[in-house]
Amino acid sequence: MSEVVTTTPGLYPLPDWAKDDLSDLKGHQKADLIDGTESEEIEDAYERVRSEYVDHQQSAGLDRIVEGQGRWDDMIAHPLAVADAVETRGIVRYYDNNNFYREPVVTDDLAATGDVAAELDAASEQVDSGLQAVLPGPYSLADLATDEHYGDDGAFLDAVADFLADEIDAFPDVETLFLLEPSLVENPPEDGEDERASEAIDAVAAAADAEVVAHTYWGALDEKVYAHLMDADVDAIGFDFVANHEDNVYNISEYGTKDDVALGVVDGQNTLVEEPETIAERIEWVGDNTPSTDFETIYATINTETFYLPVNKYEAKLDALAAVNKEVMLA
Amino acid sequence: MTDTREQFHPENHPNDHFLLTTVVGSYKKPKWLDRARELLEDEDASFDEDDWEEATDDASRLITEEHERTGMDVICDGEMRRNEMVEYFAHLIEGYEFNGRVKVWGHNYFDKPSVVEEVEYGEEWLVDEFEFTDSVSERPVKVPITGPYTLANWSFNEVYDDEEQLAYDLADLVNEEIDRLVDAGAKYIQIDEPALATTPDDHAIVGACLDRIVDDIPEDVRVGLHVCYGDYSRIYPEMLDYPVDEYDLELCNGNYEQLDVFTEHEFTKDLALGVVDAHVAEVEPVEEIKENIVKGFEVVPPERLTVSPDCGLKLLPREVAYGKMENMVQAAREVEEELDAGEIDVGLAAPTSD
Repeated sequence: MSEVVTTTPGLYPLPDWAKDDLSDLKGHQKADLIDGTESEEIEDAYERVRSEYVDHQQSAGLDRIVEGQGRWDDMIAHPLAVADAVETRGIVRYYDNNNFYREPVVTDDLAATGDVAAELDAASEQVDSGLQAVLPGPYSLADLATDEHYGDDGAFLDAVADFLADEIDAFPDVETLFLLEPSLVENPPEDGEDERASEAIDAVAAAADAEVVAHTYWGALDEKVYAHLMDADVDAIGFDFVANHEDNVYNISEYGTKDDVALGVVDGQNTLVEEPETIAERIEWVGDNTPSTDFETIYATINTETFYLPVNKYEAKLDALAAVNKEVMLA
Repeated sequence: MTDTREQFHPENHPNDHFLLTTVVGSYKKPKWLDRARELLEDEDASFDEDDWEEATDDASRLITEEHERTGMDVICDGEMRRNEMVEYFAHLIEGYEFNGRVKVWGHNYFDKPSVVEEVEYGEEWLVDEFEFTDSVSERPVKVPITGPYTLANWSFNEVYDDEEQLAYDLADLVNEEIDRLVDAGAKYIQIDEPALATTPDDHAIVGACLDRIVDDIPEDVRVGLHVCYGDYSRIYPEMLDYPVDEYDLELCNGNYEQLDVFTEHEFTKDLALGVVDAHVAEVEPVEEIKENIVKGFEVVPPERLTVSPDCGLKLLPREVAYGKMENMVQAAREVEEELDAGEIDVGLAAPTSD
């Protein structure tokens, strides 16, 4: 019997009032985006955004509560975008989406900023249990950035992993940590790199005193990349069952998976809202098609970040996902 | 193949050679038009649909004449009636729904629509825009239309099995609109497919869409395809098979680094070459634009070269946009004179290749 825990990978869309207020306060140009030194007015607006995110997750009844990452103008590249040794340069495409972020260029020794820890501290005031941290995984963060300091890919990946581990050291108590690793799918590591990617994830996970989920999306991992990822000491690997269910089931069947698993079963990039029954069926389908495995905890999650959605649909999706617990129990 | 270009060659053209000068389409709106839209959306204001129509007519006339003053051969009205290249059409097509803004980057948002039912032709899209522009312009008018692949790719799809099916249904609607435009007298249609630049693997889908778009359209109607900055090597030379007369490409912004892509395999259609940068708010000098135009002769001969900006100019201050168009036309005329005098010996413009 598996326990279903409902959660999300965060990076929520800003409420419409905040889209207006913050664009008025900050401006529309790339120099106006978050750099970690916001005015009090801007901080207050984000405080209100964070509070609304937490309220909604709690009233929906999600099992894990994220801070919502409303400040992450550069999506999962955010932790580097606010770091001292980083210059944010031109606007570049965010994976295959019609979205863009500022290219973070690392020009000096990376040092943790405590930026994400401060967000979690603020959220923790509203959350008694189930707080979940969200960070980019080291492979994806290094992939989204440009190195002009460390000089070789391996050294850079290690530095990014150390940077993330140091950020985690400053975290308040969290139940779960989601490490988002879309680059493992979108720009997979080559031979040799795959092992290093897994070791970097391992190094980051080791810093966390929480259940760690390495969450992948926009498809399934190449077999070899998956096999290496299984060597990382994480509690669960996350799979995007919206984008590709067959290859993900294949990987799980062929190589097994961790005791726990995260299943991306709600589409974070389409406004069609899934019924709780549909979400439950998708979870059961994975169980039925991986007979050799017996998951202890199933993190039922939206597959991707949700900032792609208009606010009404993202909220409806969180509500549907939170309602799934009972459905699976009934089944 | 029918020559669709000659009909745009002005009778009183000053030079023997003719480089067709035009624009991609969008143009900075006058500030008062933005204010008028705010009033239209404000329920407390007395500004109504009739007022809005008058305002857009005024803006369209103003910008059309601004284009004419540059001496350009084929003009547009700067898309004064359109708020955005997907939203505008999605509001007119049945089957679309709007749920709110989504992030593009930073605090720049887009009211990305959702397809919630099979799409059907609803209200007319562009016939009014064309007829008005045509009535106030002494020069031929080009009609840019957002292509079906981009309309599909930049929407949420709640209904169709895949984006491809949605794109094909939308292509049929674009075909219907072009039919109406042609009935109204339009002779130059440009399909805008910026989404192709981001998903080049789908070039066959765009091709199948274009087959539907041109179905039963008279042969003398000139059809162009505009694709903005991307990795053209991933769609070339395959795109030459598309049933269009002209490809309008953004190459200036990348300093023509991709020009080689088009010389490795013969460019068998007309090329509309971007010769001024739509993303740099400085007017290029005539001499620099002339050098850019001449690069086009490495790909096509003068009689198959169209000269235009890289992309729509709507993000530039109006005086900068105007300056770019004015210098672009002057540069084209000077290059024509030099061609007449046999002074240009680059690639396919070399006198010996005549």
